[in-house]
Amino acid sequence: MALRTFAKTLGVPSRVQQQLRGLQTFTLPDLAYDYGALEPAISGDIMQLHHQKHHQTYITNYNKALEQLDDAIAKGDASTAVKLQSAIKFNGGGHVNHSIFWKNLAPTKEGGGESPHGSLGWAIDESFGSLEKLIAKMNAEGAAVQGSGWVWLALDKELKRLVVETTANQDPLVTVGPSLVPLIGIDVWEHAYYLQYKNVRPDYLKNIWKVINWKYASEIYEKECPK
Amino acid sequence: MAEAMARFGKKQLVVAARLSSGRCERLGFKRVISLRSEGQRGKCENLNTPTNISAYNSLKPPSFKLDKGQRQKDHVLKKPRNISAYYNLKSPSYKFDALEPYMSKRTLEVHWGEHHRGYVESLNKYLAKDDILYGYTLDELIRVTYNNGNPLPEFNVAAQVWNHDFFWESMQPGGGNSPILGLLQQIEKDFGSFSNFKEEFIETALTLFGSGWVWLVLKRNEKRLAIATTTNAVTPLAWDDIPLLSLDMWEHAYYLDYKNDKARYANVFMDHLVSWNSALARMARAQAFVNLGEPKIPVA
Repeated sequence: MALRTFAKTLGVPSRVQQQLRGLQTFTLPDLAYDYGALEPAISGDIMQLHHQKHHQTYITNYNKALEQLDDAIAKGDASTAVKLQSAIKFNGGGHVNHSIFWKNLAPTKEGGGESPHGSLGWAIDESFGSLEKLIAKMNAEGAAVQGSGWVWLALDKELKRLVVETTANQDPLVTVGPSLVPLIGIDVWEHAYYLQYKNVRPDYLKNIWKVINWKYASEIYEKECPK
Repeated sequence: MAEAMARFGKKQLVVAARLSSGRCERLGFKRVISLRSEGQRGKCENLNTPTNISAYNSLKPPSFKLDKGQRQKDHVLKKPRNISAYYNLKSPSYKFDALEPYMSKRTLEVHWGEHHRGYVESLNKYLAKDDILYGYTLDELIRVTYNNGNPLPEFNVAAQVWNHDFFWESMQPGGGNSPILGLLQQIEKDFGSFSNFKEEFIETALTLFGSGWVWLVLKRNEKRLAIATTTNAVTPLAWDDIPLLSLDMWEHAYYLDYKNDKARYANVFMDHLVSWNSALARMARAQAFVNLGEPKIPVA
């Protein structure tokens, strides 16, 4: 605290102040593939806008909200701290969700769309009957989301089973249940598909499975649920 | 049917629903002239003569001396068999390219032709299943299905039909500028100045999370104007306030034209699209329900 006020009196620029107080800010993660690599399931235009504009905006606003929160906590301003919670949930959730989303996608050349093998594949067959049934269920729930949201394939760590959940707006999966780990998340906000599919969300949901990266999902599953 | 819709296009008709007359009377709504019957599709000549001409040609007072067979034959007003209630898709009062370059023709084609039409068709599908909802006007249907915060599944589609009708009317070619007369006075009274109101409206639009609408409403109880936001399909009608203007902040409303640039969209709406004429007309009507003036109590 003393170091902070000392830094302020010296007129040290705010970013240095942030590092002094230990505030971690976030930057846009890179994609592991080109924007156009997911065609024709998702167009390059959408990927570029989605990554460079939407995700970046969430990160920028999240950093801003974190700064303001830090200030409020330092000053002991409880009402501001609480008021900022919705901005943090929205923008922070947006950052978290989209970071997972980019890893959930892969070009077909690099394994996108290949069915899951190993323990995740068995778990899917056990919980849902077959991969096709899981896909049908997720598509139905995704299409039924009112307005903006996400549809998830999640692992319930405590109950040790797979579930399909939806969240509204940018709420991260943990808001539905604290023991849920996201394996696959599909963005059903209109910005994720509008330029290509217009209002036909079911077509987008049908096609996105061709570029879903099951390898990443299997890795997460095996990490959380070791045999 | 298409011809009928073209002819009566601007009006929203709730065509008499059910077939058994007993049902109609119990629900208590007027039976409007039937628009079609089997074999007479698309032949609506005139609103005043019904399409099922044969029924009227054989209009004779029932004779008590006739045998049963004859009486059945002369049955008055043979009821057409396949009428169903439907809500019409109202088209905007301007052509699709009239709002260029602020809202492109393509946006209107998709927004009205696919989203709005989709809502209307879903609503009609729901109504075809559920008798209880027959006989309501759209406003009443919204209030009923809102169910005080626990909306029934029909709510989303019904409210979105209404919301989009309202939205098309809230815009006009050559819109923007500023309100006049009483509406301007009321805005200045409740927001300080018109530019304050504009700033607040745009800021509210930008800080809305997710899909929703921004409204200029007249609050019944507080007797003042206010800016309200709603998520997804909710409308101020549901809690009995009177909306005067709306701005669609669902991404589909602006994505084709502005991609993710909500700020430009909101500003363009305020500067070039908003129809203060319709807001003024709605305000004038609202004053029949809300007394905004001070009561003139004579002193002595």
